[in-house]
Amino acid sequence: MTAKFKRSDGREFDELRPIEAKVGVVPNADGSAMYKSGDTIAIAAVYGPRKMHPQHQQNPSKGQLRCDYNMISFSVSERIRPGKNRRSTEISEITKWALEPVLLLGMYPNQVVDIFIDIIQADAGTRCAGINAASLALAHAGIPMKEMVSSIAVGKLDKTLVTDLTKEEEDYEGGEGPTDIPISMTHDGKITHMQLDGKIGVEQLKDAVDLAKEACEKIYEIQKKALKDAIDMGNGEKK
Amino acid sequence: MNKIMTTTEPTSERIKKYLLEGKRFDKRGLFDFREIKIEKNVSKKAEGSVRVKIGKTEVIVGIKLDVAAPYPDSPDKGNLMVSADMLPLSSPRFELGPPKFESIELGRVTDRGIRESGFIDFEKLCIKKGEKVWTVFVDIYSINDDGNLMDAAAMGAIAALRLARIPKYDEETGKVIYGEYENESLPLKEDSPVSISIHKIGNSFVVDPTREEEDLSECRVTLTTYEGAISSMQKSESEALTIDEIKKIFDISEETSKKILKEIEKKIK
Repeated sequence: MTAKFKRSDGREFDELRPIEAKVGVVPNADGSAMYKSGDTIAIAAVYGPRKMHPQHQQNPSKGQLRCDYNMISFSVSERIRPGKNRRSTEISEITKWALEPVLLLGMYPNQVVDIFIDIIQADAGTRCAGINAASLALAHAGIPMKEMVSSIAVGKLDKTLVTDLTKEEEDYEGGEGPTDIPISMTHDGKITHMQLDGKIGVEQLKDAVDLAKEACEKIYEIQKKALKDAIDMGNGEKK
Repeated sequence: MNKIMTTTEPTSERIKKYLLEGKRFDKRGLFDFREIKIEKNVSKKAEGSVRVKIGKTEVIVGIKLDVAAPYPDSPDKGNLMVSADMLPLSSPRFELGPPKFESIELGRVTDRGIRESGFIDFEKLCIKKGEKVWTVFVDIYSINDDGNLMDAAAMGAIAALRLARIPKYDEETGKVIYGEYENESLPLKEDSPVSISIHKIGNSFVVDPTREEEDLSECRVTLTTYEGAISSMQKSESEALTIDEIKKIFDISEETSKKILKEIEKKIK
């Protein structure tokens, strides 16, 4: 790596934004979570396993996962019209792909697990925040999982690799411009989701993946803590 | 785990029996609200936003402003658009897809509550007569539905409007500069409208029903009170009310709205 890129918010190149995570934010849901990274806030709720409707979509050999990613109209500067658009449709599917590999859905034939993700406030990295919240909500709902999934966007600003881009950084126009690489991985290091927009050499991309692994490690600890914090030990004390 | 939440028969019977004795499961009086919590500025990207909790019911409401052409019949007045989205995240009963009647009604009743009261001075939202006016978007999202989304939505809308600021507008480029403000709030009157929904369950009237109670509601009347008078009203569901009943509802609304208005005003200050 050559010249160090100076980040406008003063973070180190591999430093995450301040993270807050909490489960149980939607009492109606079977599992729910809030994941906040800097100014990006996602909430996720899990309903199910429940009977799959419409019935013709039922799969008698295993349960299914359905994800819905939605940005609320005032989560960004210019109001988004409520409802589905092409972007949210794609991210919904990507979220499903990111999470499905860790779920043991074999024991729920004909059923569906629904995850709803809503972005309350957006400052880049919303799909990653959504996946982190969803992963927490699934665990909180008690859906059998092999692993947690943690997600982070790493990127390249001009020539420097950085972790956890803000919107301002995503829009960076100097030098080689921005490259945005959202990655989701399991705790044992399997990549379940990865995308890339921009321009980056193969060697540097390998470094980016390593950088994402480090970041996901930190996020995993925060997710684990959020789940532990919600456990009531039965004596009124939370542990 | 396949739970569809509807109130069961024995529970329904018990709720109705209790109400006749003036009692509720959560020990509230028939015309008492659950605890109201208002958290300000929940989204930095909105011109104003709040989270309102009434008991376990929770909504978030955000205000966005944009410059648009006025309606032909009101060339010197700003526009108001209120929409409500009952997110599938907030209840196992809500499904994805085009808005259902309930969420359309939620948005429209909230809209009229604000509009008809005259709480917003729309003429002051005119930039250039017949050409450019501010459009005020009020977007309501349910986060958890434990009954009475209607009143939570109205409270949220009023609180968010109070907090909203007008962003800078560049007349030359015709663009709104979001994130920068003139430090000017919306042209609002001093008094706030307050909406109260009264439900008929069996032979009793209650306010602020929980989900369990709302399931049994045979009729809902939502009244918006502004400056001591009623400025909008909607009777929902096809249950007929006697004249005595509707008069009783007016009385309940008058009494309850005063109490709730005080409480809300204290919380948004």
